[in-house]
Amino acid sequence: MAGQTLYDKLFDAHLVRTNDDGSSLIYIDRQVLHEVTSPQAFEGLRIAGRQPWRIDANIATPDHNVPTTERSGGVEQIVDPVSKIQVKTLDDNCDEFGILEFKMNDQRQGIVHVMAPEQGAILPGVTAVCGDSHTATLGALGALAHGVGTSEVEHVLATQCLITKKMKNMLVRVDGELGLGVTPKDVVLHVIGVIGTAGGTGYAIEFGGDVFRNMSMEGRMTVCNMAIEAGARVGLVSVDQITVDYVEGRSFAPQGAQWELAVEAWKDLVSDADAEFDETVVINGADIDPQVTWGTSPEMVVSVNDQVPNPANETDQVKIDGINRALEYMGLNADQKITDIKLDRVFIGSCTNSRIEDLRDAAKVVEGRKVADNIIQALVVPGSGLVKEQAEKEGLDKIFVEAGLEWREPGCSMCLAMNPDKLGNGEHCASTSNRNFEGRQGFGGRTHLVSPAMAAAAAVSGNFVDVRELIK
Amino acid sequence: MNKFTLHTGVAAPMDRANIDTDMIIPKQFLKSIKRSGFGKNLFDELRYLDEGQPDQECTGRPLNEDFVLNQSRYQGASVLFARENFGCGSSREHAPWALEDFGIRSVIAPSFAEIFYNNCFKNGLLPIVLSEEQVDQLFTEVQANEGYELTVNLEEQVVVTPSGERIAFEIDDFRKHCLLNGLDDIGLTLQHADDIRAYEAKRQAEAPWLFGAIK
Ligand code: SF4
Repeated sequence: MAGQTLYDKLFDAHLVRTNDDGSSLIYIDRQVLHEVTSPQAFEGLRIAGRQPWRIDANIATPDHNVPTTERSGGVEQIVDPVSKIQVKTLDDNCDEFGILEFKMNDQRQGIVHVMAPEQGAILPGVTAVCGDSHTATLGALGALAHGVGTSEVEHVLATQCLITKKMKNMLVRVDGELGLGVTPKDVVLHVIGVIGTAGGTGYAIEFGGDVFRNMSMEGRMTVCNMAIEAGARVGLVSVDQITVDYVEGRSFAPQGAQWELAVEAWKDLVSDADAEFDETVVINGADIDPQVTWGTSPEMVVSVNDQVPNPANETDQVKIDGINRALEYMGLNADQKITDIKLDRVFIGSCTNSRIEDLRDAAKVVEGRKVADNIIQALVVPGSGLVKEQAEKEGLDKIFVEAGLEWREPGCSMCLAMNPDKLGNGEHCASTSNRNFEGRQGFGGRTHLVSPAMAAAAAVSGNFVDVRELIK
Repeated sequence: MNKFTLHTGVAAPMDRANIDTDMIIPKQFLKSIKRSGFGKNLFDELRYLDEGQPDQECTGRPLNEDFVLNQSRYQGASVLFARENFGCGSSREHAPWALEDFGIRSVIAPSFAEIFYNNCFKNGLLPIVLSEEQVDQLFTEVQANEGYELTVNLEEQVVVTPSGERIAFEIDDFRKHCLLNGLDDIGLTLQHADDIRAYEAKRQAEAPWLFGAIK
């Protein structure tokens, strides 16, 4: 019999039972809650007179709606009434049911997918859900992590289980080494460009090969985060010493004798050498340049030194229409050079790129430089209070502020514009987030997805430049 | 989810085809963080004369006296008679939430929009399909007799009129089973609570560090 993939192992290890209709009931070790998708779930529990199955499996924090400007006034200071009520409701629900929550001005508050691994709430080998599609991020730890809807949030709260169907296995292997200035974000954007936004639909994607083996945990999180942008609900990286070193000493990680036991158990969290994948994609790391998305889907991505595609070069009518629609929305011309795209705003943040390494990368580029005159606003939004604290310890905040970027409080911010941070109509933004959909960052806003280093380079240049020219 | 076995209640006739989900619960009320509390805005645009705002107190609002549910003879109605294609429009679960919160337990019509029909079962609401003629007959009877009450017997799959007439209806076995036992997905999963507990005990033995750590 062929060996098992990491996904197979995680799935089998959590199987409670197979239902008559072929679906599986899997046990969920961890649920992360935030203010947008949990209120009706808690309400559902209350109406049905149910209690959460297991309080200590849950952890919560508000992120989508929190203001990232001065907010010492707490929840009461949130201007938008709907945002305020969502944050308040999360606070009340967690208090009522006794769920641990890092509230708005707690140092440990942050974007769910940044906060949870940072705290050691997510560990190798666990199953985890959160009412947010970017839960795939957590697969970087060798955990099986799903994004779920509100009714499933309630289901997991009430039963500690998820009804699911087993996915297929895909291996994305990136061999060799990355060039200077090429980051995990460029790798995942390139991968999405290769397999397409629906390429991973129905699969759990495991990222393997030397590039991922040598990548930091934070980089692996950036990559897994965007698995969903390739259509896959699950992204995974096998566990190795880098994983173990990352987890050690975190608040909710095992200690002492239990630590030894856990590390021993985690050794098996790798795909077997003879495991069979339903699909394998192989990419050479050396072929990857810094990437920039030009269109309204993450697969509309090219190297910074390329040009915007020309629909005349395509034969497929659906593709031609897609390119034309995107060009119009983005206000770009066919064959326009990527480096000729003028920018209005820069956003460094989101669950994709708001961890300390991301901020270090960006700071390195802007240090000693100034934000270009045509940039109306350049935001740096750390992913959690602890990331912010660390960055300030290292003096990164001063580098940003001196260069003319704004240093903010942690939250989702301009990633989805549910709080006051938004793009104006028609504005171009170099953004380290994960979605460039129409209107995602504000009505009529034009998002270009890039790495933190590339966003920083764009901020000081006013247009896209190959960051390698600035860090030579 | 509420069980549905046997229900007797005042019936009210909504004499209008294609009642859509926007009529059932207008979009300005969807921002709520709750799934209860929509009842006061059920049929808001038909029911009140002013334009409803979210979070508004509804008791003092001017009522449309012509609207069926505002008429004194239909107060406390829990069975709704409707015309074809009831619940068309969006997939929002707010529509059955609003009906249920208002106190409606069953809707009887010649046809329903499919998604709405499905959503009803997730929320303890019983949609019953009868023929055009049977629905016509019910409309005539309820309009002619004040205080008309209908009994819905899910176990036997019949509705019983005040005169004792029994009208049979069809329902899928699985859905019937779920409603009779008050089972939603969660309820169904909880039928396997012993399996879950057994798994959990094994999990705790294998990975004790995952238990009691977050507090
Ligand atoms: S940062 Fe963006 S993608 Fe990530 S959880 Fe927040 S809104 Fe979602």
